[in-house]
Amino acid sequence: MTITVKTFARLADAAAALASERGARFMAGGTLVMRAVNEADPAIETIVRSTDPSFLNVAVSSGRVELGGGVTMAAILAERELAFLHPVARVVGSPALREAATVGGNLFATRGDFATALLALDATVMLAGGFGQRELQLDEFISRREHGASLVLAVAFKRPPAEALRFAKVTRVHPKGMSVLSIAAQLPLASGRVTGARIAYAGMAPTPLRAKAAERALEGRALDAAGIAPALAVAADGTSPADDAIASAWWRREILPIHLRRLLLGANYA
Amino acid sequence: MLELRKDIFADERDDNLKEVGQPTQRQDILGHVTGTSAFYDDHRFSNLLHLKILRSPHAHARIRSIDDAAAVRAPGVKRVIRAADVPVNLNTLLSLIQFGKDDEPSLATDVVRYRGEPILGIVATSERAAREALALVRVSYDPLPAVFDVEEALKPGAPSVNPTYPKNTFEYHGKYDHQKLRFGDVEAAFTQADVVLEDRYQMSPIEHAPTETNGSIAVPDTNGRFVVYTSTQGLFFSLDTAAKINAMPSNQLHFIGGTVGGGFGGKVDTLTEPLAILAARLTGAPVRYRLSRHEEMQFGSPRGAERIYVKDGVMKDGRIIARKVRAYFDSGAYTRLSSYAVVKCVAHIPGPYTIPNVYADVFCVFTNRTPATAMRGFGVTALDFALECQMDKLAVAIGMDPLEFRMLNAYRDGDMKAHRREAKNCALIECAQVAAEKANWPLRDEFRRMSSRTGGAKAHADAGAVRTVAPTPTAAAARTAAPQRVPYDRSSATAPAHTAQPPTPPRSPPPPPAPPPAGSTHGAPRFSSVFGTRRR
Amino acid sequence: MKTPIQIRLNGEDVAAFADGGANLLDVLRESIGDLSVKGGCWQGTCGTCTVLIDGAPRLSCVTLAESCAGKSIETVAGLRRGPDLHPLQNAFMERFAAQCGYCTPGMLMAAKALLDRNPNPTRENVVEAIAGNICRCTGYEPIIEAVLDAARGDSRRRA
Repeated sequence: MTITVKTFARLADAAAALASERGARFMAGGTLVMRAVNEADPAIETIVRSTDPSFLNVAVSSGRVELGGGVTMAAILAERELAFLHPVARVVGSPALREAATVGGNLFATRGDFATALLALDATVMLAGGFGQRELQLDEFISRREHGASLVLAVAFKRPPAEALRFAKVTRVHPKGMSVLSIAAQLPLASGRVTGARIAYAGMAPTPLRAKAAERALEGRALDAAGIAPALAVAADGTSPADDAIASAWWRREILPIHLRRLLLGANYA
Repeated sequence: MLELRKDIFADERDDNLKEVGQPTQRQDILGHVTGTSAFYDDHRFSNLLHLKILRSPHAHARIRSIDDAAAVRAPGVKRVIRAADVPVNLNTLLSLIQFGKDDEPSLATDVVRYRGEPILGIVATSERAAREALALVRVSYDPLPAVFDVEEALKPGAPSVNPTYPKNTFEYHGKYDHQKLRFGDVEAAFTQADVVLEDRYQMSPIEHAPTETNGSIAVPDTNGRFVVYTSTQGLFFSLDTAAKINAMPSNQLHFIGGTVGGGFGGKVDTLTEPLAILAARLTGAPVRYRLSRHEEMQFGSPRGAERIYVKDGVMKDGRIIARKVRAYFDSGAYTRLSSYAVVKCVAHIPGPYTIPNVYADVFCVFTNRTPATAMRGFGVTALDFALECQMDKLAVAIGMDPLEFRMLNAYRDGDMKAHRREAKNCALIECAQVAAEKANWPLRDEFRRMSSRTGGAKAHADAGAVRTVAPTPTAAAARTAAPQRVPYDRSSATAPAHTAQPPTPPRSPPPPPAPPPAGSTHGAPRFSSVFGTRRR
Repeated sequence: MKTPIQIRLNGEDVAAFADGGANLLDVLRESIGDLSVKGGCWQGTCGTCTVLIDGAPRLSCVTLAESCAGKSIETVAGLRRGPDLHPLQNAFMERFAAQCGYCTPGMLMAAKALLDRNPNPTRENVVEAIAGNICRCTGYEPIIEAVLDAARGDSRRRA
């Protein structure tokens, strides 16, 4: 079977093709799709892509950030206004991988580090598909697993206060390694107390997910050893880690509260 | 910075060497940095075909039926290769030196014995076409009970993995299910030892993971021969194996290789050449058989896992007086080279140490795992891991410095080894001394003065000292060797005993020294662990 | 139906016809004949296939070939200027930074991407730059030393 590649100048047309073509898969950087094509994945017959410049758009205004689905990790690292995202983008893959790995593509990765940070930023995702366009909360998009059918046009989120976003990537190999697990946390403080915390994990479930029990347990607490203790106690609530080649489910459950503790008491690390 | 310690063994060295000891550039590094070193795949053919293999998803199963009709008709497919197409579909690698029985098919016939075992081949105009055709082949299996543990495989009633060796062990010389090493009387020595320490060591299979996967391209040549570009580490070895499987005279094959993108022992099993050549014969076109990275992990042979039990008896003064080893090599479903790995393992026991009582049983065991192969230090590395862990534990048990402990027990020139050969050109002591110097590891004076050339059995014999080599083991009286060297005086040391020891029975006077081993005589029968008894 | 692809490879315009969905690694090796690029995993995980596309390091095995139309591609074959080797190539030779040689093309391109953007890298910069390139032979140290040597313009033979 020969693969057909269809390239569209406008994202809307790419979205329409995605909905109508047989075995269509949207390709941004290619790190996921080309691997599947190399392995002759029979589900992919048509590769749909777009050269629409808006796909690569980075828009930072006071208060809001919008990233086109095709924005690469390398592009984020080149953007000073996005310095708060650099600790995350920097640990996605390798330098070469970061030139291809995209914001949109990371939403489809099982252990998407960047997707995890976006969850902690309460991001929304702009989708296009057979239905036209719509906006969805990111955690809803991820949990619904709407893979393949829709195209991620962009993600958007409120710009976090300075220093509010924290990220930890736990790997056995440095600097580049697959995460055992990753934790992203947005910890807004009012009078020294956490209000509206957002905590997200990668590697603790089949997709990145919010740690809602830990978030609730942090509400109104101080970020000190005593204050975070209730959150640590429920750190793994709602998670379903797997045994895989990187680590066992048991190990992930054991180390999660340790790394969450370090993140809540300290700062980013990878 | 290369430092040559020419002061050591200076009187034995004829130092007129010009190249040895001088750093020099690799003759192939210019090719490497310019991307011109020719690996097997760096050859292009306009009509190249691609061979992909259907592999067993089961560790152990009977093949009930294979329906490849749809694959035969699939676009781009030039030929389907079935088990019946393989001229000699049962082989073992070391049949080239008449060691072992043919036990492995190139394409499985009625039973699959490990996950990833080849069943059928598709030759097509592109890799994609071959992969897509493979997806159209329908195989029905009846899964069979499988065994994955070496000791489970040896229990009565265990599933039989390999019909050539129904009891799940390789047979040495047609009748022995393991390799033995016997020297002295370990059981008697254990009763004498101040400390007895026993432990179990387990290695995992290790995938070599070369950056270049296994592969070869077989090309029909102008005169009816086949040129084969291959990643193999052993060109002649692979050539002869491929010739046997294809029932071709070896002079019909021209193997070209030499630049291997990472071998480490994982490119010795001739995994791809036989079927690539068969495919080229059947299609008349050049055929590439290249392992994907997934295949390299699943099907490419790993270093075999080993389970090793070591029981040691040591005296408070530091002498190891007994070492007993029981080891199991996990050969996977077929022999390949593991039979030989066991021989090498036994040849290395008890490590580079003079121990007067040694006992070893080492098994080559079949399980439903990927057949194992060589990797760096084949047969020896894992055993050394076990032995050296033991050495550290023993040193701790008697309260001795681990480096000094090794030096005390190291072979010296003239010592009789458990294999009844004299130790020669020993240098462990000198290596340890230099290592200690480099690491600023303190050694006592007596250890800094030690030498591999003195204190051994030969030196003692020369000096008129009585030296015991215990003959074949019998029961009863303790027959540990008389002290072989200056004893290490640690009478004040209290070491925790790992087992309660009965009081030492009185020693009988040592028997007279054994005659020195006879020199090799041309035509005289000799026994080899590989070849058995034969005349040179 | 094959797709025509035109790229600028090591300074020369070249063209090829590729199957739909072909990756850049296959097009470079099979269609264009640049065998200096190597493939290790075809999954985008080992870095062996690293090339430069418009100066940026990229994994050619997971790059759609036709997405490179009109772009400038650099491979190891284009590193040397006639008989003169690139300082990285000299440094690799002198520091024994290659054994089997299979990861070397990818390593050189990853290192070149670093030095083109940052002529004075720290050791940490070098480690990060080659973090995506697997080497099974050298243990990486000779490679890191070679890249630092090349950056310092220091490719004298070492004792």
